[in-house]
Amino acid sequence: MNALEIDGVWKYFGDFPALRDVGFKVDAGSVVALLGRNGAGKTTLLRILAGLAKPSKGTVKIYGSEVREEPTRRRIGVLGHGISLYDELTATENLVLFGKLYGLNDAPKRAHQWLERTGLERVRDGLVREFSRGMRQRLAVARTFLHDPEVLLFDEPFTSLDDRAIAVLQSLIAEAQARGATIVMSTHQLREAIELSTHIALIKKGQLAYAGERRQEMLDDPTWLYRTYEGESAS
Amino acid sequence: MRNRILLLLTVAFAMLIAWNLKNILLGLPDEARQDAVYRILYFHAPAAIVGLTGFGIGMVFSGIYLATKNLYWDTLAASTTEVSLMLAAINLVTGSIWGRQQWGVWWAWDARLTSMLVCWLIFAGYLMMRRAVEEPNTRARLSAVISVFGTVNAWFVYKVIEWVPRLQHPGPVLSFRTGGKIDHQLETPFYWMVLAYMLLGVILVMIRNRQESISHEIDSLRRLAHA
Amino acid sequence: MKQDISRKGAELAKNEDVFFASSAPLRETFFSFLRQCLTIAAKDLRAEWRTKEALNASLAFSTVILILFSFALDPNPEMMQEFSGGLLWLVFLFAGALVLNRSFAREMQNDCLDALLASPVPPSGLFLGKVLANYALLMMLEFLCLVEFGLLFNVRWLGNVGPLMLVMALGTWALTVVGTVFSALTVNLRLREVMLPVLVYPMMVPPMMAAMILTTDLLAGTALGPGNMLWVRVLVGFDVIFTLLGVSLIDTVLVG
Repeated sequence: MNALEIDGVWKYFGDFPALRDVGFKVDAGSVVALLGRNGAGKTTLLRILAGLAKPSKGTVKIYGSEVREEPTRRRIGVLGHGISLYDELTATENLVLFGKLYGLNDAPKRAHQWLERTGLERVRDGLVREFSRGMRQRLAVARTFLHDPEVLLFDEPFTSLDDRAIAVLQSLIAEAQARGATIVMSTHQLREAIELSTHIALIKKGQLAYAGERRQEMLDDPTWLYRTYEGESAS
Repeated sequence: MRNRILLLLTVAFAMLIAWNLKNILLGLPDEARQDAVYRILYFHAPAAIVGLTGFGIGMVFSGIYLATKNLYWDTLAASTTEVSLMLAAINLVTGSIWGRQQWGVWWAWDARLTSMLVCWLIFAGYLMMRRAVEEPNTRARLSAVISVFGTVNAWFVYKVIEWVPRLQHPGPVLSFRTGGKIDHQLETPFYWMVLAYMLLGVILVMIRNRQESISHEIDSLRRLAHA
Repeated sequence: MKQDISRKGAELAKNEDVFFASSAPLRETFFSFLRQCLTIAAKDLRAEWRTKEALNASLAFSTVILILFSFALDPNPEMMQEFSGGLLWLVFLFAGALVLNRSFAREMQNDCLDALLASPVPPSGLFLGKVLANYALLMMLEFLCLVEFGLLFNVRWLGNVGPLMLVMALGTWALTVVGTVFSALTVNLRLREVMLPVLVYPMMVPPMMAAMILTTDLLAGTALGPGNMLWVRVLVGFDVIFTLLGVSLIDTVLVG
């Protein structure tokens, strides 16, 4: 069974097709870099994969089940543009909250572990409101990985992360991949993305221009992909 | 084809209203206590009947949109609700005029008028919300929810206000359902008027619906041009 | 989880009464749903209690309204008998709008709503959790308003306090349920703070009429009896129907 199966997905905003007949399969353990210019449809696709929006046409299946089903959502971890944390709660309270929502029986213990892993142990009882940006990012990463998801969806995760947070995230991604998780990551950071990924999906104006394995040409010259498929230099 | 139907309906409506008006204005006797003005009932009550039914039909169309996700049904629901809102306004205005004639006040808090006012406010909110949302699918979704809530609520409004002891028609009411002997002559124009309002409603919904569809097409063409 | 539950049910069937085994999955699902609702409710209440933003604003607003009303109306005891209930519930409505607006608005900061929707919590669970939290906040607020009201307008309410609390409980539930649905609906709209009252207030006419009539009666000393039981039934009916409507339609409102 494929980890992700996207089949004939269209998404209309009014009459405007943000996604046009997008379909591809992702094996478990892959790291897919979702590339494309701004407005190509990457965020729209990720939101559909996360179950935050419904496709106008087509289906998305994660491990064979519909995304909106509860058991499926337990297996997914999402990191979007916002940090998705409550300013008025402490770091621990935030993680325990999401732990409970994801059905973890040992939420406080797990929260404690992840606070240590992301270097936030010292500020566990601090309100998120008072955190620096880097700390908020690291806590957001902790929240995403808290329930050991098998499928991880990232929307431009490296944007606006400080170096420490980038390092934490990269190691967590590598670790997740090692345990067989599947990762789909949209990004503008070509170099980091191509280095980390096993597969590439390029979206151009809502359509899938390329979906397949990462090729050597891409490693050697990250802009090769854009030049070949978009016919111009990367944005 | 559609144009032909529209034309046919308009002709039917014109003929019906002309004939009915002639009956109402010339054929009926003046009522003892209310003089000539009681004829306003023929414009007042049918508007309420058709208007309220229209809100219900709007809810049905909204339901069909939710089931099929076809935006056509949302446009139809919006057109129907708008026209019903207009009919409700007619009911309120004619009621106010009649009240002024009969009871000397422009607005007496009687049960039926108050209920209609609340319904009008609910569905005016529906239209206001539609203006605040750009994206057609979101707008359709949210409108459908308001339509369902509003229509169920309208039922409550009518029942509850009926039971409030304070809010009664302060004067005698010409009601066909309160028994008593109603002349057959007085009753028939009423039913014809209901039919006339129904025709008017359908005509206006068709026109409004076409307006909306065309404006959607223009929007999408504009988006295509920009993209 | 569905597979886990049915396996568990199968295990139970070996040891226990078949009746219990077959109802175990349903009970598990129900309790897990309840736990999720309570987690959400606790989160909202904790966040609100930390800042007390909505509570303070609502309390200040309702105090000002009560004072303004007492200047504007300058009522004598006979007048108060007539419209004490109406006045009180008007204050509850105005103050409540502030709290209800915050309900989903607070989720938009930091994109928390997305994280909640992506989580295993069903939208109906999210909705009920928020309704419970808003309900607790509103009841607290209304009790304080009632105390102020009694002081400012010289109205004695302790005599009939039991039935009065019942009426407040039923009427507030109506306001909370409808208000929370529309809080979710208006969360992304322009002019959200205006749209919420514009949409909610007309829909609150039936339960508010019932609550106002009952409250006026109770504050005047009349007990709840066959004369006004009708209004209690209206409140209960409204509460049940609109809670069901809210739970079934919240998915449409939140996910699109």
